[in-house]
Amino acid sequence: MSAQKSILYPLVAVLVLILIPVIGVKLGLSYFFAVVVPYAAFIIFFGGILCKVINWARSPVPFRITTTCGQEKSFDWVKHNKFDNPFTNGQVAVRMALEVLCFRSLFRNLKMELRDGPKLSYGSAKWLWLGALAFHWSFFIILLRHMRFFAQPVPGFVDMLQNVDGFFELGLPQLFVTDAVIVAALTYLFLRRVVVPQLRYISLPSDYFPLFLLFGLVLSGIGMRYFFRVDIVKVKELAMSLVTLKPTVPEGIGALFYVHLFMLSVLFAYFPFSKLTHMAGVFLSPTRNLANNSRYKRHVNPWDYPVKVHTYEEYEEEFREKMKEVGLPVEKE
Amino acid sequence: MKIYDGRKIIPGILIAAVIFSFPFWLNFGKAAVPPKPKLPKEVKNCVEPTPFMRTSHMELLNKWRNLVVRENFRIFAAPDGKDYAMSLQNGCLKCHASKAEFCDQCHKYLDVKPYCWDCHLAPKENK
Repeated sequence: MSAQKSILYPLVAVLVLILIPVIGVKLGLSYFFAVVVPYAAFIIFFGGILCKVINWARSPVPFRITTTCGQEKSFDWVKHNKFDNPFTNGQVAVRMALEVLCFRSLFRNLKMELRDGPKLSYGSAKWLWLGALAFHWSFFIILLRHMRFFAQPVPGFVDMLQNVDGFFELGLPQLFVTDAVIVAALTYLFLRRVVVPQLRYISLPSDYFPLFLLFGLVLSGIGMRYFFRVDIVKVKELAMSLVTLKPTVPEGIGALFYVHLFMLSVLFAYFPFSKLTHMAGVFLSPTRNLANNSRYKRHVNPWDYPVKVHTYEEYEEEFREKMKEVGLPVEKE
Repeated sequence: MKIYDGRKIIPGILIAAVIFSFPFWLNFGKAAVPPKPKLPKEVKNCVEPTPFMRTSHMELLNKWRNLVVRENFRIFAAPDGKDYAMSLQNGCLKCHASKAEFCDQCHKYLDVKPYCWDCHLAPKENK
């Protein structure tokens, strides 16, 4: 698929997805978009991820296939790199925590260039790491901040997050730093696919679709907070009715809210079937979550079955007479 | 069906399930009570139409603050033709006398902390 089509198709798909709730609410289907769709998306999200994880768990990983990024544990006088080549489960836990929270493997990202004729050179390339970290952490903090709509009274950590996030006290309502950072990070993550020729070549619609979906989600949320405000008391009434399993839809929430909710629902439902499953998959990466202890511990293949062997002794026992007849040497007479 | 490393994976799934269903079990069995700000009885209209006030009163107050403090401009000509004093104490609080029964109802509900009361004295509540 050409690069233009890879961008255009998901863009059109997301624009259509934005129009669906706008038209649907006009037609009086607000119950469908406020209750049925979010519940369905939540169930698909949970069920889908569960199926994925169980499917992964059913595949045996008999041998240690750790990617080693440092010195393996060896003699006492050789310095062991504990977190890049873990030996115990505790060290694996630290390695996984660094991977999940700090994207350590992305930090090692390199770029390769041919310079001054046929000279191959490698350089550090940290921008992707920075963009990814900025995006994921902003998204996580924004998700936590949204807990103010789902709990009554609002838990204390939300208050703390809002204070830190609104630290600069810019504008009214106060600008949240994460809102600005997530837009910048998404813009970077999109532009790198468009600008860098190699990335443009390998980028598929399934790379652009989640990006556009996230843009829709984030921009509709920012729009609701800063520009085209909706009645958030009613939004919380709806959210609380959903989580107490007594769904009621208050009248007169702005259409922008339905766009936001629909984007979120699509994102949730899309999660288990796309590259976004890396959220669960990162925990089950055998190249990261295994201790590199093959030299100390025997790992037996679980699908080994008792092999029927026919030893030479038994063979000679069976054919001794015939072997003697044709003059073949035998070990026992 | 054989699951490998179930002793690690199944607790992992359970922990994730508990985290993601946090809003559901936190509110389990509770009834959601919507806020009921106490509205003044004798006056029916605010300075702007109610839907605007519900969503954007902070924008109006911010504008008022800037006009009064920076421009010394104190009269607000409302869309309904009346003039109002652009003042928290002598304007808003005239009708919405109780912070606890009016402002705090929704502001606590949604955990929004207005900075009005950084400078203004909150009205004394009769208890």
